[in-house]
Amino acid sequence: MKIVQHGSRARIAAVGLATTGALLLAGCGAANESSAPPGGGSAGGGGELAGQIAGAGSSAQGAAMQAWIAGFTEVAPGVTVAYDPIGSGGGREQFIAGGSDFGGTDAYLDEEEYAAALERCGGEDSVVEVPLYISPIAIAYNLEGVEQLNLSPQALAGIFTQQITNWNDPAIAATNPGVELPDLPITPVNRSDESGTTENFQEYLAAVAPDVWTYEVSGNWPIPGGAAAQGTSGVVGAIGAGNGTIGYADASQVGDLRVASIGVGGEFVQPTPEAASTVVQNSTRVEGRGSHSFAYDLARDTTESGAYPIVLVSYNLACTTYDDPAVGEAVRAFFTYVASDAGQQVAAENAGSAPLSDELQEMFQPAIDAIGTGGAS
Amino acid sequence: MNTSTAAPKTTTSATRPIRRPGDRIFAGAAAGAGVLILVILAGVAVFLLVQAYPALVAAPEELPTPSAGGEGFVAYVWPLLFGTLLSATLALLVATPLAVCVALFISHYAPRKLSQGLGYLVDLLAAVPSIIFGLWGLAVLAPLTVPPTRWLEDNLGFIPLFAGPASAIGRTMLVAALVLAVMILPIVTAVAREVFLQTPLLHQEAALALGATRWEMVQLAVLPFGRSGIISGAMLGLGRALGETMAITIVLSVSGGVTFNLISDGNPATIAANIALEFPESTGLDVNTLIATGLVLFAVTLIVNLLARYVINRRRDFSGAN
Repeated sequence: MKIVQHGSRARIAAVGLATTGALLLAGCGAANESSAPPGGGSAGGGGELAGQIAGAGSSAQGAAMQAWIAGFTEVAPGVTVAYDPIGSGGGREQFIAGGSDFGGTDAYLDEEEYAAALERCGGEDSVVEVPLYISPIAIAYNLEGVEQLNLSPQALAGIFTQQITNWNDPAIAATNPGVELPDLPITPVNRSDESGTTENFQEYLAAVAPDVWTYEVSGNWPIPGGAAAQGTSGVVGAIGAGNGTIGYADASQVGDLRVASIGVGGEFVQPTPEAASTVVQNSTRVEGRGSHSFAYDLARDTTESGAYPIVLVSYNLACTTYDDPAVGEAVRAFFTYVASDAGQQVAAENAGSAPLSDELQEMFQPAIDAIGTGGAS
Repeated sequence: MNTSTAAPKTTTSATRPIRRPGDRIFAGAAAGAGVLILVILAGVAVFLLVQAYPALVAAPEELPTPSAGGEGFVAYVWPLLFGTLLSATLALLVATPLAVCVALFISHYAPRKLSQGLGYLVDLLAAVPSIIFGLWGLAVLAPLTVPPTRWLEDNLGFIPLFAGPASAIGRTMLVAALVLAVMILPIVTAVAREVFLQTPLLHQEAALALGATRWEMVQLAVLPFGRSGIISGAMLGLGRALGETMAITIVLSVSGGVTFNLISDGNPATIAANIALEFPESTGLDVNTLIATGLVLFAVTLIVNLLARYVINRRRDFSGAN
């Protein structure tokens, strides 16, 4: 809690600084408009926007949000954006209660929440729900003498359910011909705090190895006995701290650790931005929702060539109607920036997320254009 | 203090106490501050009760799943309470004897100049934030314990405490308890030292005059006199250890239920660490459940402190702690 508050305070300070700087430059704001993202359409006049918008939610989006806010301030100097990374659950709760102008969440709104959000936003198809943050989750390991590791989904599930306990297990050796695997106990590392990364990883295991992973999918790690550490940095630190460790963490954060290739349809794939985007493109949308809701049931068990199915997809929430039209315009402009090439690029650079493919961008843009327009898109 | 010296002339001549505005204001402020503490304490208790109530009356299947299996609030809080008490008790067992020795060295063995410097140093250590100790435990102590715990598992594995499997990264209950011990060492030492220094000189000289060696003098005069001081210092330390959050949160590998095994990766969390870990992503009833565990911690610390009070009061007549 302390850390979160400290972080958000520092962020607000940073935003404040950036805004002040931007205000000084407001005179040349018009020149910046040419750099406004393509497809911005109605949000083209970013320089004229003014006001404050506040969002809250997913901490996974925290680093990307910082970059987006800084970048957006250059495009629309008059708008102050604040984002409080209180967590996905809190983000959904606040958004539904009307406590925030936009939200971030690692899981899409469930049916009940979607209905409540419709009420907050004012009627049918009034909720905009788009996955603007896609981040591959890497399986990082620390095993002296092993430079490259291929893991089948079954072996991966076996390791994390603690059924495969030694590195020289035949299930691991089968996919690593020519690699000398040591006789060493495996130490699986998981998150000790509740997290979207954990939930997405479990979803993957449940989809590809349902006979091995028999636990209910949740944000908490269900299996006792493994090593556990707080936060992504804690997990990365723990993997690095011992020989024979293996764990899951956002691909951008694993640093110098070696990353295992995961078996997908006969080949072994590394977590890359392209591979992560491919999975979302091959997934099906949740049915029975409005046209502005892009909730995906991810195709974790895809066999598509070059797809990396262990991804964290984080959604952004907004309304088509706001009490204050200026807020709607500002949110629309902000989301447009986030979804743009420029926005996706700064997120990739600063948070290590995977940039949206052009097809996804095109698909989401109509929903984003509908923000703050009262649903007439 | 300084204000009373400003007007000594008028007050000394009076036979009846004169109450000037300053007296009344000060008396009122002091009484107000005293009442305020009670109000705040009561407010915290009421907050905990109100917020915990939904979790206490909720159906067991609605509550978050306990780490050790089972269902319901008791199953949820029991491993946490166990972890809290285990880590704090271990820390106390390590820290108290050490603290008494350090305090004795400072008060009775070290040369005067050295003892003053050491005294300051101990007081200073008591002010180091716990997260610093946590980072130290994580980065330095945990890796250092990996080889020794392997040895413990191989050679003393028949003792349940060292059953293993030994952790490969060292984030064990043992390390957490040691970090806690280091953290509470200064406060226990500081209290014990204060009390030892107050041992009546006559008692000590009498013991020495009867032919006691210095160690016998400490046994005869200093330790009995300072016993309640040691106890109250230890209880202060225990209070800190019970509520310690950040150090445990980042050091301990939390993934298991109730176990006395000190050297493996599967450890129960403590109540405070669990709240820190789970709160950011919790909503609704989960938050109420966390607050209910906080209520349990609140009750435990109150009981511990009341017990300490009771022990100290029973020995009040023989000691210098008051």
